[in-house]
Amino acid sequence: VDLRDQQRLHGDLLIVIPAYNEQGRVGEVIADVQSVLPGVDVLVVDDGSRDATAVEAQNAGAHVIRLPLNSGYGAALQTGYKFGVRAGYGKIGQIDGDGQHQAAYLLPMLQMLEQQDADVIVGSRFLAGSDYRAPLARGIGIKLFAWLASLITHEQVSDPTSGFQLMRRRVASFFCSDVYPTDYPDADILILLHRTGYRVCEIPVQMRPSEGRSMHSFHSSPYYLYKMLLSIFVTLLRRGAKVKAQAEPAP
Amino acid sequence: VISANLRIIAIVGSLALLVFIVELVRRRRLKEEYSVLWVATALVLLLLAAWSGLLRNLTHLIGAISEASTIYFFSLIFVVFLLLHFSVRVSSLERRVVVLLQELALLGERRAQTAQDERREAERETETSLL
Repeated sequence: VDLRDQQRLHGDLLIVIPAYNEQGRVGEVIADVQSVLPGVDVLVVDDGSRDATAVEAQNAGAHVIRLPLNSGYGAALQTGYKFGVRAGYGKIGQIDGDGQHQAAYLLPMLQMLEQQDADVIVGSRFLAGSDYRAPLARGIGIKLFAWLASLITHEQVSDPTSGFQLMRRRVASFFCSDVYPTDYPDADILILLHRTGYRVCEIPVQMRPSEGRSMHSFHSSPYYLYKMLLSIFVTLLRRGAKVKAQAEPAP
Repeated sequence: VISANLRIIAIVGSLALLVFIVELVRRRRLKEEYSVLWVATALVLLLLAAWSGLLRNLTHLIGAISEASTIYFFSLIFVVFLLLHFSVRVSSLERRVVVLLQELALLGERRAQTAQDERREAERETETSLL
């Protein structure tokens, strides 16, 4: 079924914005995206917010999918991938709903996807040219897993937690299977992509200062450390993930 | 005092448990999230089996006579917490299932309503065209 006519969406690029209680911010993010890429299709996946996130997103001109229950950042993103793959988009971008990412970087990301013949472009806050400083506890976790991922993949990975990405449909389709976590995709997913044969590139991005309220407080918990180490370990034990993954069928 | 044979069996057993848990996670039969308690169990068992002084001191500390009863005591406490943990999870799952069920039922009702409206509309159009 081609959803495109039905949903009155068009174009080859879909921007997915996962949002949980982002009232007062998500509207600006949508406006930011549309000012950079006029007429682009924007999908907001409202992860069961208790505020007016969905209404604000709709008023800002985005297509909105509401999850009836809060299901996690990864689950919200995956909903966007499933929509994008079924609707036949060739490229899917994702940007967080809290306004920290600057949509202007989508342009160099799109350019890089073509020029480098890459499958995924990750906006990194830690590459030369960015001056983002993460809070200490988070910073240590990010550094540790960035180092581990770089070591395993022999590629430069500096910001494995970045939610600012652009990917080709085949990657989004790969993410539609149960390889994708419902909580937070991280270094484990980048390692999985590498082992599956996808080409991941980083691009430096600047972040807007956070308002002290992070959606990623998860990243400074001891459970995060445990989960990520175990997840990376079992990812290395798995073979042929690409074959086994029950990807979404292309339209 | 626990015999050397029993100690070896306990060490091998807890290592096997650990490998089995990792294998379940690898096959995606067990989510990382739910592996925490089981990995902790396997590690505690391994620690108790490999370090005899720990079990002795623990037995002394809780005032038990036999080391076996110390193990039983702590296993029981652990099992109670594990069951409680799963009860909490099942409660939350049940709540989510009910919400999803209601969403689905409401969606189905709305679709049926729309289909009925469309059918009536079509019938009315046929009638007018016949007249």
